[in-house]
Amino acid sequence: MSFALGFLEWDLLSPPKFAGLDNYSRLFTQDTLFPKVLWNTVYYTLGSVPLGFMCSLGLALAMNQKLRGIVFFRTAFFVPVVSSGVAIAMLWIWLYHPYFGLLNGFLSLFSIRGPNWLTDPRWAMPAIIIMSVWKNVGYNMVIFLAGLQGIPQHLYEAAEIDGAGIGARFRYVTIPMLTPTMFFVIVMSVIGSFQVFEASLIMTNGGPADATRTLVLYIYNNAFQYFKMGYGAAMAWVMFAILFVATAVQMRLQREWVEYE
Amino acid sequence: MISTSFKEPGKAYRWPPQWIPDPWVLDNYVEAFQHLPFDRFAINTAYTTVATTLLVVFTSSLAAYAFARLRFPGRDVIFLLYLGTMMIPGQVTMIPNFILMRTFKWIDTYNALIIPSAFSAFGTFLLRQFFLTIPYELEDSAKIDGASAFRIYAQIVMPLAKPALATLFIFTFMGQWNSFLWPLIVTNRLERMTLSVGLRYFQGEAGGESYYTLLMAASVVVLMPILLVYVIGQRYFIQGITLTGISGR
Repeated sequence: MSFALGFLEWDLLSPPKFAGLDNYSRLFTQDTLFPKVLWNTVYYTLGSVPLGFMCSLGLALAMNQKLRGIVFFRTAFFVPVVSSGVAIAMLWIWLYHPYFGLLNGFLSLFSIRGPNWLTDPRWAMPAIIIMSVWKNVGYNMVIFLAGLQGIPQHLYEAAEIDGAGIGARFRYVTIPMLTPTMFFVIVMSVIGSFQVFEASLIMTNGGPADATRTLVLYIYNNAFQYFKMGYGAAMAWVMFAILFVATAVQMRLQREWVEYE
Repeated sequence: MISTSFKEPGKAYRWPPQWIPDPWVLDNYVEAFQHLPFDRFAINTAYTTVATTLLVVFTSSLAAYAFARLRFPGRDVIFLLYLGTMMIPGQVTMIPNFILMRTFKWIDTYNALIIPSAFSAFGTFLLRQFFLTIPYELEDSAKIDGASAFRIYAQIVMPLAKPALATLFIFTFMGQWNSFLWPLIVTNRLERMTLSVGLRYFQGEAGGESYYTLLMAASVVVLMPILLVYVIGQRYFIQGITLTGISGR
């Protein structure tokens, strides 16, 4: 049904009109905002996936230590994951406030004048990326933690007997054993980051100058605010196609670097 | 954030921040509640979340039982098609779903908030995998004793699947409680808004001097219930992530 909708022009009030491929051709040739929206989404993905990956892996390694009170920290990092995205976004609007926000207040301690995070087109998207990484880091951390704890201890012992130091053990035992987990985290993060919506709606509403208007937000704008149902549906299918290809490419690349036991 | 929510309006902007409010004021909460019916939002959210979650567990377990335990023609093909629906992002189905809700005249009703989310391909998949691990001998002996398929489902399979059911329950509950895009689309009237949507609406309404203190008070109201649920259930939650095997092993 959604696929058929992509070929219609329908504002819900008047009867739908058949538009053929018009929606798709308009998307790629006339809609000057669409390439920007697409780029914003890719920018967000390129920013948040590697950063989130490194932070969550680092945290998981730290949380895998046997220390007192570690359960408290594991829980603390997971709290943002279960929290309402809307409430989190509200909190960060305040943190990002150029004059009263904690973030710029903190930077000013080092005599750095922080930017107008959410109103400067150059900084708005990085600000959203930082917030999302903070919100989601706990989820991937738990997945990495499960992966780490699935590595058999005897591999480390064997490596130690062979004279491997901490670095070598990490390089030749931990990383190869963790590649399936890494693969899963990357695939899921890419899919998830293409669907970013709440943060850009609440924090900037796509602005400033459309710098944070993402694909899903634009679909929402078109379908539910301008009532271009067919156009929105066409866009959603383009998004599906991109994700499908991206996932297929990752599946293919997987053979190159993921090691299964 | 909690601290700001108790401050006098002008004091949210002091630097260095006052970590402990002086004086403590409750006005922000009072005003937030006077401004918008947050209690109504909370009831809506709780009702739709619990209803959806129970329905998801019910429909997924029945479907999973059929896919895992019953033999009927085309079963595996149907299962593959069903799994295929997981590949399509929610944004694609969102527009036709909305039109469907509108056709049924369900906009601004609980039906629109509950029914479209009452089926879950992920849940079916998760439970099917779990049901497959239950030994067939148990089922065979029940059959010999004359139990029907439904009875086997209700009295043998379901009790054994408690951990998987709990996992699905928690995941669905958290997801539903925080869901935003769909409730945003299908609710217009305050009486049917959920907490997330209400908060967004509040952001549009509030303004001026007291903006941040009010907003923080409202955010605390939205965050607290789910944090409470999480703190109580967190042991099962983390276990659930490990159990579902989404760690990729």
